[in-house]
This record gives sequence, C-alpha cells and structure tokens, in this order.
Amino acid sequence: MVESARGAQVNSREVVLGNVRKALDRAAGLLPTTLTAPRLKIPILDRGRYTTLFGQNFEKLGGKSFFVREPREVAPILSELLQGKRAVASNAPFLAACGITGLPQVQSGFTDREALRAACVTADVGITSADYALAETGTLVMLSSPEEPRLISLLPPVHIAVFPQSRMLANLDELLAVLPNPAEQTSSMVLITGPSRTADIEQILVRGVHGPGEIYAVIV
Amino acid sequence: MTGQPSETINQTLGDARLQLAIYSATNRLMTHRAGAVRADLLPDYQELRTEANQLKKHTIEHLDHYLELFEKNVIAHGGKVVYCSDSQEVADFVLGLAKERGAHLIVKSKSMTTEEIHFNERLEKHGLEAVETDLGEYILQLAHQRPYHIVAPALHLTRYDVAEIFSKNLGVENEVVIEKQTKIARAALREKFLHADIGVTGANFLVADSGAVVVVENEGNARLTTSAPKIHITVAGIEKLIPRAQDLGVFLTLLGRSATGQPLTVYTSFLSGPRRNGEIDGPDEFYVVLLDNGRTKLLADPEKRQSLYCIRCGACLNHCPVYRKIGGHNYPWVYSGPIGAIITPQFHGVLKDPWLPFASSLCGACAEVCPVKIEIPKLLLKLRSEVTDAQRRQGVGGVERLAFGIWAWVMTHPRIYLMLARIGGIFLPLLPKVGPLGKWASQREVPKLAKTSFHQWWKAREVPK
Ligand code: SF4
Repeated sequence: MVESARGAQVNSREVVLGNVRKALDRAAGLLPTTLTAPRLKIPILDRGRYTTLFGQNFEKLGGKSFFVREPREVAPILSELLQGKRAVASNAPFLAACGITGLPQVQSGFTDREALRAACVTADVGITSADYALAETGTLVMLSSPEEPRLISLLPPVHIAVFPQSRMLANLDELLAVLPNPAEQTSSMVLITGPSRTADIEQILVRGVHGPGEIYAVIV
Repeated sequence: MTGQPSETINQTLGDARLQLAIYSATNRLMTHRAGAVRADLLPDYQELRTEANQLKKHTIEHLDHYLELFEKNVIAHGGKVVYCSDSQEVADFVLGLAKERGAHLIVKSKSMTTEEIHFNERLEKHGLEAVETDLGEYILQLAHQRPYHIVAPALHLTRYDVAEIFSKNLGVENEVVIEKQTKIARAALREKFLHADIGVTGANFLVADSGAVVVVENEGNARLTTSAPKIHITVAGIEKLIPRAQDLGVFLTLLGRSATGQPLTVYTSFLSGPRRNGEIDGPDEFYVVLLDNGRTKLLADPEKRQSLYCIRCGACLNHCPVYRKIGGHNYPWVYSGPIGAIITPQFHGVLKDPWLPFASSLCGACAEVCPVKIEIPKLLLKLRSEVTDAQRRQGVGGVERLAFGIWAWVMTHPRIYLMLARIGGIFLPLLPKVGPLGKWASQREVPKLAKTSFHQWWKAREVPK
C-alpha cells in the first residue's frame, strides 16, 4: 500500500511538472529570465535610536520593554517579574552571562526534547535571548538552535526575551540583508511581533490564545 | 440568462444581525488596512505592489523551474516533496504515512488549500482525528461550517453562537464572555497539540532558494502545529512559490498590512526541513505536498493565469460591495468575494455557477487594493464572455441574444434608428402597463422620450453666423 503510494508519487511529480510545462509552453530544464536584484530598503538611521524606536513599537503592540546598561542589572528585573512563578530558560550563553540561569525560580540546561517539553508545559514563564530585534516593527527574531529551542518562547503563558543592544536591526529588510538565506543556519526562524492574539470572535481582540499573552523585552 | 445564485442570498440580505456583522467586520479590516498603507507610513506602497506583481508574474511564468529548485532545496535540508494532482492523492499520501507511523491525531493550522480538498472529512472517514486549531476554524469545525472569510473565518458568528457550539460539543457551561471562550479553546487545543502525531499546515509562501515554507499567523497555533508533533506536513498549492528569501521583504510588508493592517503579523515562521543536528525540539520529519488540483488548467491561459498571484490577504473581499451584502457562504466554493468569483469558474468550469462573474458591479475597488495587482474586473469581464460563449454553444440565452442582436443592428443603422426613435416618441406613452413590462414599470419611472429628438434639434438649431 505504502509502496504503491510512493510509486504514485513519482508518477504525479512527472504529471504535475509536465502539466505546468505544457501550460507554459516550456521545455524541461529551461532557465528563467534573470530577476532584478531583491528590493531591500534599509533606512540610514542613528543606531542609537533603534532601541528607543523598538521600545515604542514593542509597547504599542502590548509588550513591555526594559533598558539596562550592564548585564548585572538584568537579574534584579527578572527576580521582580518572576515573583512566585516558575520559569524555564534557554541555553543561550547571554542568559547565563546575565546571571539569569542562577536564579532560584529558573530551570535551564535542557538537552532532551521530552524533558524540555514537560518543563515548558508547566512553567509560568519562558526566558530566551533573541538573535535579532527589528526596531521598525518591534519584532523579536528567534533562530532555533541547540541553545535556543522553539517551545520556550511558545508554550508558557509569559515570554521574556533578554538580549544585547548589538542585536538591534532597523527592519525586516535589514534582517534579510544580514541573513539572505536563513535556511542555511536553522530549520526554523520565527519573527515575533507582539503577544499572541486573536480577533476571531466578534472581532474582539483577545491576547494569549495559543502562544504567550504577555511578552517582555530586556535590552542590555 | 446567467443561472441562479444560491437561494440563501435573500436570507442573508434579510438578516439584520448578519448584515451588521459583515458590515462592521469588513469595515474594521478596511480601516485598519487604510491606516497601514498611508503614504506617510508606507511611502513606497505602490512600488511595492508593482514589485510584488512582477515577482509573482516571473515566478508563475517559470513555475516549473522554481518548483524544481524548491524541491532540490527542501531535500538538501532533509525534507521531502510530494507532488499531488488532486485531493485523492493528498489523502492517500497522508493516510499512508499515518498508517506507517501509527499516527492517530492530526493538528491543523488554517489552510485554505486543505479546505479546498475536504481534507478533514477524508481523513476522518479512515478513523484519523484531524483538529483545526485556529480559533475561528476550530469553532467552524465544531459547527460543521466552512470559512466565511479568508482572513476572518468565523466573522458571521456571535459570542452567543460560540457559547452554544461550545456547550453542545465540549460539554462546558454556557459561556458568553469572549475571553473565557478563548481560554476554553486554548485548554482544549493545548491537549491536542501535546498529543498530536502529525501537524498539518498550509503555506503563505514557498521560498525556492531556501526550500522553506513561510507561515504567517497571529495566534501561535501554526507555531505549535509545526513545533510540537514529530511530523510536519505542509499542503500548499503550486502557485505559492516565490524565488528568494529576500523577496519576503516585499511580500510580508504587503500581506499583513493588506489583510489586517498589521505591519507584520504576530508570528512569521520560516521553516526549512526537520530539526537539525543538536536542535532540541522541532519535527523529525518534514514533508511539503505540492498540490495541482486544477491549477495547471488556470496556468494555460496567459491572461487569466494572474489569478494565481493571489496571496490570500482578503482585502478584495472587504472592499467588495457584493461580498459586503451577500457574505461568504453564498459563494459556491471555499474562496469567496472577488477572488472567489474569478478562480471558482476557472477551477470548476464556467457553466457550473454561470452567475458568478456577473455578481459584480465592476466598481474596481478590488483591483485598487489588491497587493499583487490582479486585474480582477478585467478577468470578470473575460469570464463573462466565456460564460456567454459556453452558453451559446449549449443553446442557452436565446431570447436575450436575439434582443441584443436586433439592438446592435439598429444601433449600427442610423436611418432605421432615426425612424424607430420617431415612432417610439409617439407610441411609448401608449404602451400597456401590464405583463412583464408593467412589472418593470411599477418600480420605475418609465422614461419619457423628448418631443424632438437630439437629431431633430441639432438639424433645426440656428447656427450663429
Ligand atoms: S486577489 Fe488580491 S486582494 Fe484578493 S485576496 Fe488575493 S491578493 Fe488579496
């Protein structure tokens, strides 16, 4: 049954591609005409302004942002946010450098899928770093890696991202200029722009439908 | 004679609550869009539209090349590509895989393509459970309804409808507070996510140079669908390709704004292959089903193939005076509004719902807001003439054709026209006001012909010397 299904697939590939070529009147293996260069517009802004702009846009979406000068100022903010809560933190070195993984409420160091998943299911807060942040849209960019799994920013109802200011980019176009082909680095790149939301019932906005309903950014 | 639209149209028109729901939802989406593409916020909006149109045109015209490039790159990242000609082949593939892996539960995130092929019903017949996880789609699945709108699938339902659907299907108390309804759905679906064997999504874009699937959403259900289960299957139409990851700068900038007025939707996932070495979570298997299901038929027509550029933003629905009155369920297929009116006849043949291309005032609002610049009114006109041609071949519409034939002949023969106009001036007021003519006249002012025609007046006027 499965074998025959596979056989059918090989066939369908030829059928579909054949139909496409017939419809377009193209022979197999023809190269396309050349495309113009991708249109990427990166504003020339004072980089110092990005952080402020990011903060404004992030808060407009319903997030809350903090700016600190030194890594050691991060832990006190987190202790405050984590009062009475249980958190899972990713293995990003920057979190350890900020002293977050040492906090009593925080579990970290997961390398096993099942264990990580079990911890995320019950945790109140997920703490990650961010690979990039986009000032124009208040977006966090997360690349999945051994240090940064997918579920920590997804399963717990609260997400806190802690990252250095050096990760700040102007906009989506600059991200695509820096990472022209994200697939070369990761199986999953996610842009997070605000807390999870829906307006599916009567167009009324509700936060936290499947992903975190609360998000925080701490920029060092 | 253009065939009959659905009889439920009158029901929709007479339902004040529903009319208000459609009106306010589309109004809100229109306002949000207008706010997001304002010239001071997005000065190069028109250039972006042109660029998006050109990119789609290029991709569609070289589709075989980009399909093969995409396939090559999916394989390079450890994924598999499965071509399917129709819905049966998709079902066979998924069922075969599920059987081989001992899978029972499938979670799905919103995908118009799987709606198109009645995916859930097919799988359920074989004992698999397929659960929709987008809140709106979940409600509709429980109520056995199809989406009312591409972007806002349950816009026709009130919180009271939802309360009824939930208490009937989930055994919960009658709950009418929307926040609490959302929590109920979150809890019920969280269970499903954590136990699902397979996640099935659609795709907003398939990126050829990366072998990546791009999914945009606001709720997080697509992220869960692609991150929690061990198998991720994307089911997408072959037209979803774009050449390069860097082209997302154009498409994502337009999509969110045109759909809901968001510069970017909450989550944009760029997924390529199963989890890599060392990655702790993510699927072990990654499949992309490339579905034809009639698309290559559309592709063959050089003018109409532009309907394949559509990025399903829903803007044309929101701006359409017809959609805004008759709503989504009176369209014959899953795709409603102007885009539905141009693609449905091309998928199903123009004679299946011959009225469809005629259900438009050709006001052009759809084309004005379409982010990829599909010339919808032009295609509607083309389809209209195809309907008429097909009907002629079938011998439909004889009386009307005769009448217009006579009219055309009269209009191209000035002497005859003049003679008839004179006779008309005398006899028109005397025509009986009974029968079909009377019915027509009862709602209208019968035009009075002037005593002297323009021709007579022109001849008789005094020309100043
Ligand atoms: S036809 Fe254009 S406006 Fe309508 S849904 Fe498609 S992309 Fe959007």
